[in-house]
Amino acid sequence: MAIIVANSENFENEVLKSEKPVVVEFWAPWCGYCKRISPLLKSIAEKNEGIFDIYTVNVDDNEKLQVYYTVLTIPCLFVFKNGKPSDPLIAPESKTVIDEWLKDNGVI
Amino acid sequence: MDKILDTIIVGGGPGGYSAALYCARAGLSTIVFEKLSPGGQMATTSQIENYPGFVEAEDGFELGEKMKEAAEKYGAETILGEVFSISVNDDKTKELKTSEGDYLAKTVIIATGASPRELGLPEESNLIGRGVAYCATCDGMLYKNKVVAVAGGGNSALEEATFLSKLCKKVYIIHRRNEFRAEKIYLDKLKNVDNIELVMDSKITKLLSDKKLTGVVVVNNITGEERTIEVDGLFVAIGRNPNSEIVKGLLDLDKQGYIIADETTKTNIPGIFAVGDVRTKDLRQIVTAASDGATASKAIEEYLSH
Repeated sequence: MAIIVANSENFENEVLKSEKPVVVEFWAPWCGYCKRISPLLKSIAEKNEGIFDIYTVNVDDNEKLQVYYTVLTIPCLFVFKNGKPSDPLIAPESKTVIDEWLKDNGVI
Repeated sequence: MDKILDTIIVGGGPGGYSAALYCARAGLSTIVFEKLSPGGQMATTSQIENYPGFVEAEDGFELGEKMKEAAEKYGAETILGEVFSISVNDDKTKELKTSEGDYLAKTVIIATGASPRELGLPEESNLIGRGVAYCATCDGMLYKNKVVAVAGGGNSALEEATFLSKLCKKVYIIHRRNEFRAEKIYLDKLKNVDNIELVMDSKITKLLSDKKLTGVVVVNNITGEERTIEVDGLFVAIGRNPNSEIVKGLLDLDKQGYIIADETTKTNIPGIFAVGDVRTKDLRQIVTAASDGATASKAIEEYLSH
């Protein structure tokens, strides 16, 4: 399980109630920058299999989640621990930035 | 760090991967360091029309992937990682400290490109992602049926405004001069668009917010008149800054921070070359970046043969 699709239906069970930390990326198919980071997220997910999962939320199909978490720029990443989101990481500029952010949030 | 490579290319945009293609085809051991994904600035554009041979517009992200694949087909390697510093050893080899360890190379090509310039207002960085954005094709859809402003008057600004006018209720273009720098084709696209309002001779002096951006204060440069415009989003397109931070103090830069290098791509340090948007040049386009990459490979072959 590398990257898993989250939506309004499974968000509570899969993300909020997860025992492990969960990384959530808000994205959309038309978003160029989302495309740019997606291979990177895939490799991060594969490298950290068993430690944490990465879920993606398509904002076009899940407006309620987008509004609830005040996502105004995508890609936007959160770490969820015990149902609570971290500060967002918005359009990270490099692999290093994502790695540092994961470290700061104690998931790696 | 035992192996000394022929060349390391810092940055995987069109300049970097064109250099990688030509260097690899010349039989040089070549590594490209890319901090995010191939394509650079080009990868965030979905419509590339001004490249020879593109009858239909191509997607920039896919073009970046293809440029990478093409270079790798001839033996170039890509490392996803960030270069932190470059130094020159006594034996003239170049040492690179990176997020993926230290590397040694006989030559280095700087292809780090440029990034959008910020307005420089105090509230700006706090509002990134909460109303302030730098790429309409990236974030425009989130402002569907809302009111937005675009700051700037060049090709990018007008392209962004045209794109946004199709999505948003209303688009203001705020420009500090009374005419646009943009080319005719971009100006033509603005005609017959009825939801764009031009705010000329004006400068944004303040960003208004209540958790997220609510409006901008603009001052007319001629009359001094102040006006508040309520907007949900502000797209800043006032030009770019070169990504030359890692070679500051090592290479000669011009006042704006571009690496000083002519058409040969040679910098002030033998064996270090600069290609694409990060180099001093008149026209920053995919095609000129690609051209630089090819030229750099020739300069490198010359350098290595001495």
